[in-house]
Amino acid sequence: MKRELLLEAYRQMRLIREFEDRIHINNAKGEVPGFIHLSAGQEASAVGICMHLTDDDYISSTHRGHGHSLAKGCDVIAMMDEIYAKKTGLCGGKGGSMHMADISKGMIGANGIVGGGVPLAAGAALKCKVLGNDRVSVAFFGDGALNEGATMETMNLAKVLNLPMIFAMEDNGYGEATPSTWAIGGNVLERAGGFGLSTHRINGHDFYEVYEAFGKIVEEVRSGRGPAFMHISVYRYYGHFEGDSSTYRPEGEADRIRNERDCLMLFRNHPVTGQILSAGELDQIDAEIIDLLDKAIEHAEGAPAPTEADLTTDVYVTY
Amino acid sequence: MSEKSLREAINEALRLEMQRDAKVFLIGEDIAGGTGGEGEEDAWGGVMGVTKGLFGEFGGHRVIDTPISETAYIGAAVGAAVTGMRPVAELMFCDFAGVCFDQIMNQAAKLRYMLGGQAKVPLVIRMQCGGGFNAAAQHSQTLHALFTHIPGLKVVMPSNAYEAKGLLIESIRDDDPVMFMEHKYMYDDKWEVPDESYTIPLGEANYSRDGEDVTVCALGRMVNLCNQAADELKGEGIDCTVIDLRCTSPLDEISICESIEETGRLVVVDEGYPRCGFATDVAALAAEKALRSLKAPVKLVTPPHTTIPFAPTLEELYIPSIDRIMTAIQEVYHSK
Repeated sequence: MKRELLLEAYRQMRLIREFEDRIHINNAKGEVPGFIHLSAGQEASAVGICMHLTDDDYISSTHRGHGHSLAKGCDVIAMMDEIYAKKTGLCGGKGGSMHMADISKGMIGANGIVGGGVPLAAGAALKCKVLGNDRVSVAFFGDGALNEGATMETMNLAKVLNLPMIFAMEDNGYGEATPSTWAIGGNVLERAGGFGLSTHRINGHDFYEVYEAFGKIVEEVRSGRGPAFMHISVYRYYGHFEGDSSTYRPEGEADRIRNERDCLMLFRNHPVTGQILSAGELDQIDAEIIDLLDKAIEHAEGAPAPTEADLTTDVYVTY
Repeated sequence: MSEKSLREAINEALRLEMQRDAKVFLIGEDIAGGTGGEGEEDAWGGVMGVTKGLFGEFGGHRVIDTPISETAYIGAAVGAAVTGMRPVAELMFCDFAGVCFDQIMNQAAKLRYMLGGQAKVPLVIRMQCGGGFNAAAQHSQTLHALFTHIPGLKVVMPSNAYEAKGLLIESIRDDDPVMFMEHKYMYDDKWEVPDESYTIPLGEANYSRDGEDVTVCALGRMVNLCNQAADELKGEGIDCTVIDLRCTSPLDEISICESIEETGRLVVVDEGYPRCGFATDVAALAAEKALRSLKAPVKLVTPPHTTIPFAPTLEELYIPSIDRIMTAIQEVYHSK
């Protein structure tokens, strides 16, 4: 793999981690309004997938959507402004953490409804099919959304209409407080396979595995061979939401997984990384990202809030 | 210009817009019918035959049959709209909004606002509404009030074939999500409809008849019942204005209030449920903005607050009738 690609992969994963860690800290200080769901620990999945996509490919995301948004190219400053509820935010302060989107980047929205974004991604894929181009659409969703009717209906629809779509299910072990091993009846890949999707089990802690696997999958999907399903094992270091005491998880589980298979650690320790990049280069990226997040937080804190004039705009295009 | 049924007028509007704009496509259950089977292709053209022939003209990539899977295909239509297409989805019956309401209420309606104005959702959801066929509780509702309650949705209910063609073309060209409600009792009703394309703006009411004694507001099929009631009452010397509101969102408040100022008397006729319903909405508007013009209490003619019954004897009692409309108008007219 090329140096530039690996540097970019590490930079993006590090960016997501720092972004989420900062919000975690500042939310605890009471500085961040609203409901916050962080994706720290899940970075390799977002980055390994989105590095294969262009602005003309689409993704939809979930309530835990910061990582996907950053990986798809949404602006860091505008995203932080949005989370801080500022007029300069990506959605003018009207969406917040759960509704991050930049349609010009092919990011059609995080979503506050579990499973809600999956049919939307099918619609983006349908557009690509109707127009007859080779673009694709990826629906990111969690283990909880696998049990939503919207997701299962969409798996069937995607197969029946042969949509250029990839179902990227990130199984972080818990749907809110309930273990996914309990909540999902039957076998995940057999379920997806039952809808006729090509199925793939992927270790989402390992950037290299995600990147290589998705590279092959997306090539198949682009060539019109029908929708695919990925079961990506990940883990979220923080709770379901910020403020969640996580007592449903065994004590020490998060620390153990962080020590054993943190995606940034695995990337640094991977033999391919060692052959191509030096530790010093990666340390420098760490330092740059810290600076960038300092700037983003400072910008968000100083940015203006939306005003009364913004309350009733953007309801309709014309009315 | 020739006589066309509501079914033909809607079909023509769809055809003209699909010819005009390659981004317009149709999606829904059995809108061709027979896709993937060994029988006739384009077997149905929708359960009411409204889209018949379009599959043959535009092909399966623009007239897309789906599994019975409302959440998936309504959601896909929303996603396609957000990414630049202009889908027209057929939901078959407005009652079926119940199985895909998240995609209507939380996605289609809200995306523009949540995303700070980045998104446009140029989507039309066509659906049948209304009673009269003894189709019972889950296939006879008129749920415009439910949709009107949600900011971000536009809601259109044409009163005849002429209106339907112009309003549907306008709805397809509109950049916001439009819930387009076709009264199933009117599909065979014929009106003079021009062959060419034309539009009727959303949010501008039509003075279906002009009179100076009583203002009668209605939508959809009820407009025709109101006009028949007004014809009858003309003989008694009661001269009605009948306003076809065309849309519940946007609502032409100005036309309603101006007419109340002229007549001082208001009857609202609606086929939807009465509580928190469309008729009460218009009555509240009159109370808020035209109260000093009113010479009599406002009368509402709606079904009772019950589920729609199956038995023909009961359904006949349920749906507002010409007699009930006439009685309401007489009461308002004679009220001192």
